[in-house]
Amino acid sequence: MFPLTGTNALILAPVFGFAFGWLLQRGRVTSYDVIVNQLRLRDFTVLKIMLTAIIVGGIGVLFLTDAGLARWAIRDANMGGAILGGLLFGVGMVLYGYCPGTGFAAIGTGSVHAAVGAGGMIAGAIAYAYAFDWLRANVLSWWNLGRVTLADVTGIPMLALYAGLAAFAVAFFWWLETREARAR
Amino acid sequence: MSDLALPTAAAPRAEARPGRLNPYLVGAGIGVLSWVVFVVVAAPIGITTAGSQIAGGVAALAVGQEAVNANAYWARHPMRLDYGTLFLIGTFFGALASSLLNRSFRFETVPAVWRERFGGSVPLRFAVAFLGGAIAMFGARLANGCTSGNGISQGLQLAVVGWVFLAAMFASGVATAWLLFRKS
Repeated sequence: MFPLTGTNALILAPVFGFAFGWLLQRGRVTSYDVIVNQLRLRDFTVLKIMLTAIIVGGIGVLFLTDAGLARWAIRDANMGGAILGGLLFGVGMVLYGYCPGTGFAAIGTGSVHAAVGAGGMIAGAIAYAYAFDWLRANVLSWWNLGRVTLADVTGIPMLALYAGLAAFAVAFFWWLETREARAR
Repeated sequence: MSDLALPTAAAPRAEARPGRLNPYLVGAGIGVLSWVVFVVVAAPIGITTAGSQIAGGVAALAVGQEAVNANAYWARHPMRLDYGTLFLIGTFFGALASSLLNRSFRFETVPAVWRERFGGSVPLRFAVAFLGGAIAMFGARLANGCTSGNGISQGLQLAVVGWVFLAAMFASGVATAWLLFRKS
């Protein structure tokens, strides 16, 4: 029965997108101030949402793939692209005040500068398409590990990595919440 | 745009935080949404692939469809109303519906944190948002994903590409935020 393809998947796409946008808005990451204050290390809302999503999502997907209900969708670890792209992305995220997902969602909450930045995203994507041949030859060809996970490169089993990540998150957020409660 | 009316309207609302949901709950919600999309449509959450397809459509208006078709990058990501594009549209409407429902929808041209540091100039904020959006999108395409597609969807699978991207993005974001917002 699953996965659905063709028209059935297309019908569900806006439904899943709607849920994602709804969650982003309720989590307040459609706010410029919340995202920039995360990168100023003054408001940890973004990290709370992301780490929780990674841990809850990851452990679930691990069991679902083990049960044969889902398949991993791991992408190439193209290190040149990931490192250089990540560094550029961090600069852009501070200037824009959003990442692409929260930016498109923020337009829905009335953020006019998010809409202007979405125009910038279109321009950036056009620039990338024209730079693609050069980047493919010079950056993306540099160091590609293939479709590997942290379990592949460390030899530690997936479940143990998730457990370690969850333990770290609980300890870190516990410390953070205690600190934030004291500050209030 | 009534630039002067915005800060007074924005300040008390930012304190009251209308419609805010616990960030851990929002993160768990995104995690559960990931389970659903992995099983039901086998398409992890992502934004920027669709964004670059839309950019191909915009570029076609300027240089013609044939020039776009000849581009090596757009040949791989042709403009069409596919799953990713419909998901992106859903994200916008989800945030719109949510912000209308919890009455936090408001037109924002210059956010509070930006105003405090750089003043109330709308053209300056728009110019930097455009530039930031362009840089973020270029970086996201280079890394083959943004905060959603790489950070969350690859991160939750413990894919090396996701974690390398997250580390690079946070390091450069924190450094950029420090440079821009430090007290001179």
